[in-house]
Amino acid sequence: MLELDRLSKTYATGDTALSQVSFEVPAGQVVGLIGPSGAGKSTLIRCINRLVEPSGGKVILSGTNLVTLRGNALRRARRRIGMIFQEYALVERLTVMENVLSGRLGYVPAWRSFLRRYSPEDVAKAFSLLEQVGLSDHFNKRADALSGGQRQRVGIARALEQDPELLLVDEPTASLDPKTSRQIMRLIGSACRKRNLPAIINIHDVLLAQQFTDRIIGLKAGEVVFDGKPEALTDQVLTRIYGDEDWTRMRGEENAGEESQPPTVDLAEGL
Amino acid sequence: MAVQSYPGRWKRPPVLLTNPFWRRAIYTGALVYLVLALQSVEIDWQRVWLGLDRGWKFIEGFLVPDFTTRWRDIREGLVESLTMTLTSTVAGILVSVPIGIGAARNLAPAPIYLVCRSIITLSRSFQEVIIAILLVAMFGFGPFAGFLTLSFATIGFLSKLLAEDIEECDRSQIEAIRATGAGWWQVVNYAVQPQVMPRLVGLSLYRLDINFRESAVIGIVGAGGIGATLNTAIDRYEYDSAGAILIIIIAIVLVVEYSSSWIRRWVQ
Repeated sequence: MLELDRLSKTYATGDTALSQVSFEVPAGQVVGLIGPSGAGKSTLIRCINRLVEPSGGKVILSGTNLVTLRGNALRRARRRIGMIFQEYALVERLTVMENVLSGRLGYVPAWRSFLRRYSPEDVAKAFSLLEQVGLSDHFNKRADALSGGQRQRVGIARALEQDPELLLVDEPTASLDPKTSRQIMRLIGSACRKRNLPAIINIHDVLLAQQFTDRIIGLKAGEVVFDGKPEALTDQVLTRIYGDEDWTRMRGEENAGEESQPPTVDLAEGL
Repeated sequence: MAVQSYPGRWKRPPVLLTNPFWRRAIYTGALVYLVLALQSVEIDWQRVWLGLDRGWKFIEGFLVPDFTTRWRDIREGLVESLTMTLTSTVAGILVSVPIGIGAARNLAPAPIYLVCRSIITLSRSFQEVIIAILLVAMFGFGPFAGFLTLSFATIGFLSKLLAEDIEECDRSQIEAIRATGAGWWQVVNYAVQPQVMPRLVGLSLYRLDINFRESAVIGIVGAGGIGATLNTAIDRYEYDSAGAILIIIIAIVLVVEYSSSWIRRWVQ
């Protein structure tokens, strides 16, 4: 379980990215974090695994406060938190297998990772994850030889290879086409359900968020302005988060697009 | 309905000197300076004529190179130069990789960064010939001084460019590896090394090339190698032997150049 307690972040430039953000995420819950650009979504998830140093508040993961950790303790905390990135952030010149195995870096000593001598369990786990994301045949390819959707699958496998207790997902679909986006969201959702894993997903696409998450948190100017079920995300709420816009129109367009989708796609999407 | 008329002419606004007065003043000043400076150069046309004559003799020697008469000297100098080049490049790379990493702002803490940067600045502020003169005075004539000179120069060159390359690394890849709980060495090994390796190989080969050419130059101030042989040949007015040496140097540089571009493509 993850608990944020009055988490705040003010950058050195004086910009307040987060002010007093508090919420809890129970095990197995997939939370969609929405809000306009610059609302602090990225900062929020990076404060959780300390890629960004919070300036105040607490981040409590299964009983330990992550904000005060340093050195090896911080490493051990980070390895419990899987992260999936917007532009995949794979190491492009490494193979797919090395990218997945890099999820074990927090567990193995440097000399082992340097020689690529991972334990048989780690390697077997990596193979099994690659199969789960549908990339069994690609393990020796270089990451930059893959398509966008395939790279994001490797990113998911890398995060799951960590045996995480929490998944942080930063705009997973921002550089993907609509169909691939849905496949990736479905994959993340099912991975979380299977492992009873809580997740926080930063996402721009409101409809995608509503469809694939259990709960939505709306962030505006560093403050939580909405926290509730996806169904409760009415036009008024959207206006509160993003400002004025014709929301009915947006929903209408998406529904029309969905109906025209051929049913065969759904079969392939499970891959 | 009134039709709006738009201007049909557009001129690119001046980028650097926006004030027209200063623009004209600076351009005129530069022109006046150039004319005055050219007038101050004293050219002794007679001396130029004499030099052309000598140059022609040199070219004559170049056209009929003599590889045989001094072959033993040439071979000795060549082996010395090649040994010096290779050993100094390897030693230079071994030292510059840690210094380069230490001089990258995104990897090293401030004190280490400053130390490594000052080593680089020190190495880069002296031209090879000056270092060679100093080291020859310290360790005597011969290839050891040359080896030290080239290693030292390699450090400045390679560390600086490596550090810059590390600083330009894709930050998201580093962030992703850090997020897995990787330690500092693992971040270097998994996120930085794959990104900079092709460039490091390319730069090392380029430095090998430079070191060979420099070994010919520093030989002239007494640091051994083919440069010393070349110097002796010119001192003895043996332009045909000197021509042979120059042809060999050019050939070797060409071979290194071609093979390095091939290797660079291969490691990409």
